[in-house]
Amino acid sequence: MSEQAHSVTGIDSRKLLMWIFLASDCLFFGALISTYMIFKGNINNPPYPTDRIVNGEFFHGLLNIPLTSASTFVLLMSSVAMVLAVYGAQNNNLKMMKGWLISTIGLGIFFLLFQVYEFRHFLHEGLGISTNQFGASFYLMTGFHGVHVGIGVIILISLLFGTFRRNSLGPDTGFHIETAGLYWHFVDIVWIVIFTLVYLMPY
Amino acid sequence: MTTALPLAVKEETNSGIWSWLTTVDHKKIGTMYGVSGVVFFIIAGFEALLIRTQLAVPNGTIIDADTYNQLFTMHALMMIFLGVMPMGAAFFNWLVPLMIGARDVAFPRLNAFSFWTFLSGALLLTSSWIFGDAPDVGWFAYAPLTEKAYTVGQAMDFYAVGLLLLGVASTVASLNFVVTIINMRAPGMSWFRMPVFVWMIFVVAWLLILSLPVLTIGLVQIYFDRNFDTNFFNPMGGGDPLLWQHLFWIFGHPEVYVLILPSMGIVSEVLPTFSRKPIFGYSAIVFAGLSIAVLGFAVWSHHMFTTGLGPVPSIVFSASTMAIGVPTGVKIFNWLATMWGGSIRFNSASMFSIGFLALFTIGGISGVMHASPPIDTQQQDTYFIVAHIHYVLFGGAVFGIFSGFYYWWPKFFGRFLDEKLGQIHFWLFFIGMNLTFFPMHFLGVQGMPRRIYRYDADLGWETWNIVATLGSYLLGVGMLVFLYAVWKAYKSEPDAPDNPWDAPTLEWATSSPPPEHDFDVVPVVEARDPLWYDRDNNITREKTKDEHIHLPPPSYYPLLISIGLLVGGIGMLTTLMISALGVLLVFYAIWGWVLEPTS
Amino acid sequence: MLSIMKRKTVFSFSAIIGIFLSACSSWQTDPQTTVNPKSDMAYLIQDVYVLVSWLALIVFVVIMFAIVYISWKFRERPGVEAQQFHGDTRLEIIWTLIPILIVVTIFIPTANAIPKMKSDPPANALQIDVVGKQWWFEFKYPELNITTANEIHIPVNTPVAFNLESTDVIHAFWIPQLGGKVDMVPGHSNKMWFTPTEARKEAYLGQCTEFCGTSHANMLFRVFVDEQDDFNQWVNDQQSVAIPAQSELAKQGEALLLNNVAFISENGSAVGCVTCHKIEGTTAMGMLAPNLTHIASRSTIAAGVFENNKENLIKWISNPSKMKPGVSERTGGMPMYENYLSEEQIESIVAYLMELQ
Repeated sequence: MSEQAHSVTGIDSRKLLMWIFLASDCLFFGALISTYMIFKGNINNPPYPTDRIVNGEFFHGLLNIPLTSASTFVLLMSSVAMVLAVYGAQNNNLKMMKGWLISTIGLGIFFLLFQVYEFRHFLHEGLGISTNQFGASFYLMTGFHGVHVGIGVIILISLLFGTFRRNSLGPDTGFHIETAGLYWHFVDIVWIVIFTLVYLMPY
Repeated sequence: MTTALPLAVKEETNSGIWSWLTTVDHKKIGTMYGVSGVVFFIIAGFEALLIRTQLAVPNGTIIDADTYNQLFTMHALMMIFLGVMPMGAAFFNWLVPLMIGARDVAFPRLNAFSFWTFLSGALLLTSSWIFGDAPDVGWFAYAPLTEKAYTVGQAMDFYAVGLLLLGVASTVASLNFVVTIINMRAPGMSWFRMPVFVWMIFVVAWLLILSLPVLTIGLVQIYFDRNFDTNFFNPMGGGDPLLWQHLFWIFGHPEVYVLILPSMGIVSEVLPTFSRKPIFGYSAIVFAGLSIAVLGFAVWSHHMFTTGLGPVPSIVFSASTMAIGVPTGVKIFNWLATMWGGSIRFNSASMFSIGFLALFTIGGISGVMHASPPIDTQQQDTYFIVAHIHYVLFGGAVFGIFSGFYYWWPKFFGRFLDEKLGQIHFWLFFIGMNLTFFPMHFLGVQGMPRRIYRYDADLGWETWNIVATLGSYLLGVGMLVFLYAVWKAYKSEPDAPDNPWDAPTLEWATSSPPPEHDFDVVPVVEARDPLWYDRDNNITREKTKDEHIHLPPPSYYPLLISIGLLVGGIGMLTTLMISALGVLLVFYAIWGWVLEPTS
Repeated sequence: MLSIMKRKTVFSFSAIIGIFLSACSSWQTDPQTTVNPKSDMAYLIQDVYVLVSWLALIVFVVIMFAIVYISWKFRERPGVEAQQFHGDTRLEIIWTLIPILIVVTIFIPTANAIPKMKSDPPANALQIDVVGKQWWFEFKYPELNITTANEIHIPVNTPVAFNLESTDVIHAFWIPQLGGKVDMVPGHSNKMWFTPTEARKEAYLGQCTEFCGTSHANMLFRVFVDEQDDFNQWVNDQQSVAIPAQSELAKQGEALLLNNVAFISENGSAVGCVTCHKIEGTTAMGMLAPNLTHIASRSTIAAGVFENNKENLIKWISNPSKMKPGVSERTGGMPMYENYLSEEQIESIVAYLMELQ
């Protein structure tokens, strides 16, 4: 399967590729997050992210911090599950690996479903992507994060099916899961940053 | 092991159109980059000739305003993204594996994917001419001119989608080459034995990896502004046009080094070979390249000195910009010292490299001038800057690339480019280049702004404009001479020996042209200039072929994914239903790619 | 071959220097020159510019000489072997220090000039608000209650402070002889100020220098630096309301122009001159297009591109996009009045405009 002929550093080329790709992805999210931060103080019309009184009129804030904290916790737990799946793979424990892989996927899908719910709720409250600068930068940033999670889920599902087909743990399977794990953890860390900046930092 | 999809390529073919469409050979991919690069370079050059013809006299009437604006925009976009970058890619595809003693890149199929995606993006962007809606807002595309209110039609969507595809291609190629350089070096090829060219490509790849995602976000935001009514860059809706400038130049400035560093690498190979002595201050040149790259990320706002930047950022960005002058100066001195004490042979390759030295120096000097914000406020957006960028990109990047063509042509194709034609080409380019662009310094000082399709008479600009136009025609003639030399070489018998220049680097250890597997025996590297080490120690490299050379089989899937992306891009310009089709095709091709046996 | 090459190199080298020197002489007198400062700010820039230019010339000459000399001296010759050496730390340090020294020499006056360049204008400065629009400049003197377009008068030796804004895309405000350019960014408000040092009859030429669409090349303006008395006279003239039409033809034109709904445009809305233009003292109260109260006092029309005379005004009103590509009724620009008015009618309007001194 592998395309790498040899490795000077001893690190598998594919894993190296993933690391460097993630470096690139940092800048990708960096630009999205910067955009969000720049427009943070520049939201001129409702709905607003947090409670706000404008000209004596009270506007209810959109963000539901407890609820999103819960979904953040779910995503964090998926990272724990991912660690355990990788551990299973490295110790040739097929059952453990499969079990935790399924958990990771399940938690990832739960997170995505929550995001769908949140988007729908915001839309219902009148926040479209073109409503104000919060809508535009929020949807773009969290949307791209969601896409990353979605791709992660697809990768993990493919790997899971791979293990069903072969029903044995070749060296490559474990390796693939480890590399996918890198990606998964990265996406998770990005969410922590987004969560902190969007939900926890005061406006 | 797994069932392959019906499209999987079963037989290896070495010739014919299919061999090109399915190739994963870095040399063939390099050639395809080169051919497309030269073709787009010629088209973009033709656009430039039209521009110069219009500007030859005051109140030119050959081209109308809108067409002119499209011409200068497309000239820049095509030269940068479709001309110089792919010509650079041609060299690094061909040379990096050969120079580090590898049989291919780390991910051959990914490499093919990069090329096809580049071509998709290039065709999409260029096709805007056919639809009569080429981008006309400058390659920097300053918002809010790019918003729907000011640019009706689809020009900006072509721009955004085309550059997105090109960005994907460049990012993937860069990832591939970084991994290749880190992991695929031959035994003994330590970091500080790598040819300077490989170092420069390593730097270029990192620059792209870290700067392109920022452009990507900017492009997505333009696309959303235009198609989904967001207001990222639209001040009427609370957006900020300066956000685009920041995003664009955080990418745009490193991009300048992406264009020039491969040529610096080429010159660093050509000068030692023809001076008959090793490069002077190898580590200084390498570290200078690295510091240019690092500083390159800290200077973007020098493109924005006139936007109302505060005094402190102005001073800081001015300082960081001037600081780049230091490693650049170090490089120039080291190249001169490389020639010092040498026995310099003058031929097309070395003359283009020495030309590079002279012309790039001029571009560097003028660059330091407008690193000073007070001066910049008098030079920015005038022809002085046009002169500066062309000394850097034409006198620098393009001269380096042509030096590389004359130098490596025998290695690539087993045939020499005609030496006499090469020298004619050089002088036409050297004189034409200086006639075209040196007067532009004067025009800038005389206050002539850039990007104007006409100018009034009696401003004192007539003389230098006509000189510049005549010079540009010389460049056109020079290009014809080059094409004739290429045709002549193509028709000639392959007669190039393995190492015709007595060059020191590994690519000259294999045959000309190299076999599909690059090296019969994976070379072991004993010193920085391995072939000179062999020569001086009377070592003959073994020629017997390894028994088990494993080459990756050709594959359709890279092309298929790129077609999927192209369809997706076309969908972004028409209806998103088509995009969905493209995405399906991409998924199908990835599926096939993953399951395709590679052994 | 080598000697030919050398001769060619020397020739082209000296040709460049020759061109350079001959060019220098004309720079001072060119109308839009960047190197003949006529304000305090322009002098500030010039001081840095001159220093840096000399350094640049020295570096240029030294390096070009080195390239030619080394190429000649170490050319391939029979019996001469290349000397084999790899580097020299002392030399490396020296030629790292040289560029550092040069750069520091440039940086110090630069860092010195920037705060001055970006400083706040003095309190007694004459305030002018400039708004960039596709493709003309609107000028307002808020303290003097004057609104005009594409042409301003300012008094000599008095600080003038500009407030630069844009209502559509990014433009840039640049009068090379009076100072460096500053961008006009929609949603931002940029400042610029200078004190002109030389009054003269000819205008100082200005031009938009940030690409702003189709007719970017046709976005010029003129600055007249007057003696204080002349300036006061100009202010007086500009502050007065428009005089009623005098001649018979002008009276017809006045009536036609002030008729609020002159015609129904392509898209069905009622359009006339007064929808967009303003003439103080009349019913013309439009705010979108250049103020016409004293149009006859300006030297040019169409943002500095054409001389202000009867012929050009007729051409302009008949079909503005012919004179200035991109001007289109559909995007809110000046309509092609030849579609709506007869030649005689346009002539009468021009007759009225020519009286608006």
